[in-house]
Amino acid sequence: MKIKADAGRCVGAGMCALTLPQVFDQSEDDGTVVVLDAEPPAALGPAVNRAVQLCPSGALSVEE
Amino acid sequence: MTEATPRLATFPLARERAFDPPDELARRRDEAPVQRMTYADGHEGWLVTGYAEARAILADNRFSTRPELLHSPIPQRGEFNKEPLTPGFFLRMDPPEHTRYRRLLTGQFTVRRMKQLEPRIHEITESRLDAMEREGAPSDLVESFALPIPSLVICEMLGVPYEDREKFQRDSAVLVNLDSSMEDVRAAVQDLLSYLHGLVALKAKEPDDDMLSGLVMGGELTTEELGGVALLLLIAGHETTANMLGLGTFALLTNPGQLAVVRDDPAAVDNAVEELLRHLSIVHIGPTRTALEDVEIGGALIRAGESVTLSLGAANRDPGRFEGGDNLDVTRPAHGHLSFGHGIHQCLGQQLARIEMRIAYPALLRRFPNLRLAVPAREVPLRSKMAIYGVHRLPVLW
Repeated sequence: MKIKADAGRCVGAGMCALTLPQVFDQSEDDGTVVVLDAEPPAALGPAVNRAVQLCPSGALSVEE
Repeated sequence: MTEATPRLATFPLARERAFDPPDELARRRDEAPVQRMTYADGHEGWLVTGYAEARAILADNRFSTRPELLHSPIPQRGEFNKEPLTPGFFLRMDPPEHTRYRRLLTGQFTVRRMKQLEPRIHEITESRLDAMEREGAPSDLVESFALPIPSLVICEMLGVPYEDREKFQRDSAVLVNLDSSMEDVRAAVQDLLSYLHGLVALKAKEPDDDMLSGLVMGGELTTEELGGVALLLLIAGHETTANMLGLGTFALLTNPGQLAVVRDDPAAVDNAVEELLRHLSIVHIGPTRTALEDVEIGGALIRAGESVTLSLGAANRDPGRFEGGDNLDVTRPAHGHLSFGHGIHQCLGQQLARIEMRIAYPALLRRFPNLRLAVPAREVPLRSKMAIYGVHRLPVLW
């Protein structure tokens, strides 16, 4: 899987960083999403999908 | 719609049971998750009670939050919405105005920044528990614990002197009281703004290591805007977590099995907080949005200019999303609830609120393992007429 993040849409709610801190972080500057690992191991798939689901602004997507 | 269930005239607030939304809302949800509702000013708008539909509306920027477009289900609020918006009060703005303010603040509320506050929140919590022990039982848990913790935390973060709390807590209570007259709401807003403008002037002269000083020194916002931003953060920081702590403790005290899990299993606390948020849905009226263009949601065609009022409480108990949602079950997967909203306005302070609750509930229950109500549950005064639901007082013994 490959994670795509649109920092322009991001509202910095932090749901991704809360759900999966080893994959998502937030910019110190404006709190928007920083993807630490855009192609995480398959075992993290369900958690990545949950983070995408929880994102309030629709800034995250996953390509299989 | 059948004749047996005529169109709702305004939003129901009267509850049959302390922890459940009005039964009428559940009945409406089971009948049609999006349906017509007549607003206080006679507007023919919509009531949304389904989870998927509420979530879709919150995520859709074709629905506006601008006050001048909104019809309110609460008579006094409709009038207030016609007044010019306080500059900087970005909760009531659409993009791109909203984006500009939110971006200035999101860096201050990241998961990591909030985690750094944990030691200080522990300290504040323990000192409140020490004070309760010193003062002895019975105690009103709202006054001794639920309100002071978030109040102290937001004051320290923003740089608002906690000694001034009587003033802003009083004004804040007027603002969230749905029975407040328009004159009283206007006076409370003015009073708070003039207090905050004074504070902004002080920070400009003697900046400190707090958020308000940082915003002042950043130089991107005018004094007027800074007042509106501070007003929003101060109210939001007070009325929300305080009521979750009060009402959540009340809910646990009446569910001893659930209480024991929160007290005894540290690994269960994070999810228990999400479940309490879901089950209690303290934002028990709204939010309300207005369609900027025709939008079809849940089989209903919402026309441009029509307002929609959501019931987060009904949506959070939608059996299509949370099975057996009327039960409090701190072990259920509760993520995805709408208690912090959804979409671009989702709560800015939610990661702070989570940390406060994750620390405060177990600390309270461990310090006082025999914590119990000092009055029969039915005598606990409920905040049915406040924009943020909860308990006015929670008398406890230990």
